[in-house]
Amino acid sequence: MDELAFGLKSGEVAALVGPSGCGKTTLLRIIAGLDRDFEGRVTFPSHGRLGVVFQEPRLLAWRTVEQNVRLVAPHASDADLAALFEMLELPVHRNHYPGELSLGLARRVALARAFAVNPDLLLLDEPFVSLDAELALRLRDQLAELVNRRSPMTLLVSHNLDEAIGLADRLLFLSASPARVLAEIPVASPRGAHNPEKIAALRAEIARRLNPPASNDRS
Amino acid sequence: MGWRLLSLGLLIAAWYAGSLFAGERLLPAPQVVALAMLDEARSGALALNLGVTLARVAAAFIIAMALGSALGLIMGRSRVSDRLGDPWLIVLLNLPALVIIVLAYIWAGLTETAAVSAVALNKLPIATVTVREGARSLDTALDEMAQVFRMRAWTRIRHVMLPQLAPYLAAAARSGLSLVWKIVLIVELLGRPNGVGFEIGVAFQLFDVTRILAYALAFVAVMLAVETLLVQPLERHIARWRQRPA
Repeated sequence: MDELAFGLKSGEVAALVGPSGCGKTTLLRIIAGLDRDFEGRVTFPSHGRLGVVFQEPRLLAWRTVEQNVRLVAPHASDADLAALFEMLELPVHRNHYPGELSLGLARRVALARAFAVNPDLLLLDEPFVSLDAELALRLRDQLAELVNRRSPMTLLVSHNLDEAIGLADRLLFLSASPARVLAEIPVASPRGAHNPEKIAALRAEIARRLNPPASNDRS
Repeated sequence: MGWRLLSLGLLIAAWYAGSLFAGERLLPAPQVVALAMLDEARSGALALNLGVTLARVAAAFIIAMALGSALGLIMGRSRVSDRLGDPWLIVLLNLPALVIIVLAYIWAGLTETAAVSAVALNKLPIATVTVREGARSLDTALDEMAQVFRMRAWTRIRHVMLPQLAPYLAAAARSGLSLVWKIVLIVELLGRPNGVGFEIGVAFQLFDVTRILAYALAFVAVMLAVETLLVQPLERHIARWRQRPA
């Protein structure tokens, strides 16, 4: 990574898209404060409360779904948590242990956990990777709705262009190492909407703007 | 359960047959030992000696587990302290229990402190090594999760770390308990005026096998009770999240 710079507005969702190995996950780790071996500056919004959804759910197998969420958000009110569980269709699973959940459910719990802290900055590292397409789409809708309601700054890492277009207000294309921002493309359509024509048009624009490197993006 | 009872019955039968073969002096029959046990119980000596020994076992066990867990955790997490502490551990692990006990009595006198610390010191390296193994296998992914969500230190220890260490702590506790009580008896034999070990020492000088067996079996029964009433329910509670089928 070299000379990489970008900013985020409150309530905005940006998606980092780029070839694998260009350091997207590393970038998220730096922002989350997990990687300290870098030169540069990360400035946080006012409170800087962080919510993170890792590539794997990273739940505590020995605590129930509800405890997993409550442990990171001890001050969250019962009503808030109930609404959150409701939206993610989790109420039946409150007292289940993570070992009893499917991957898709576990990812939903990870989403609930990240939102329970009421984050100012939400970091999502390929949150729906290795889920079947239909489930990924549903989870994407749930995520879009959560972001709309709570409007944190959101940074999404994805190599699925449809997913990025569906969720983000702005796409940031990264080049292979050294990673730089190749192009910034705003997404006009509302979050969570899946208008195939719009997506196709955006894809065409992306291809035009990124001329040769566009082939790097799988979808 | 039925098979266990059968096995126990066979043991007593074999004991009885052995006593017929070897004679009353070398191996008294089960009912003779039981009567001796009853006698000691009536005079109050049995309860007193069992109580004193149990208190020493508990004290040494708790000290060794607490110190061993702390040391193991530090050594498992920091490479420098692991390198520094490892030779000490190897020395302690290979020092015979008897040497530690005798030296403790010489240096600190024939006191309760010397007795309990000698036992704790014998158990310490094993607890340390076991917990160190657990600390090395802590999941860094969960550590990072706790870090980014800014979990408080106590929450982290209680809900993230301890459940991962639980199997190692249980293993250390289990092997530790049986080791500690065996060493406590030696400590009592060598330098204490009461306890099961002391009584067995006296009985040894009189070649009183009945008394030796009476005290030994009474104490085995107590430790069996500790195991079934304390250790096993605790283990079941800790492992409750594993039991439900997926």
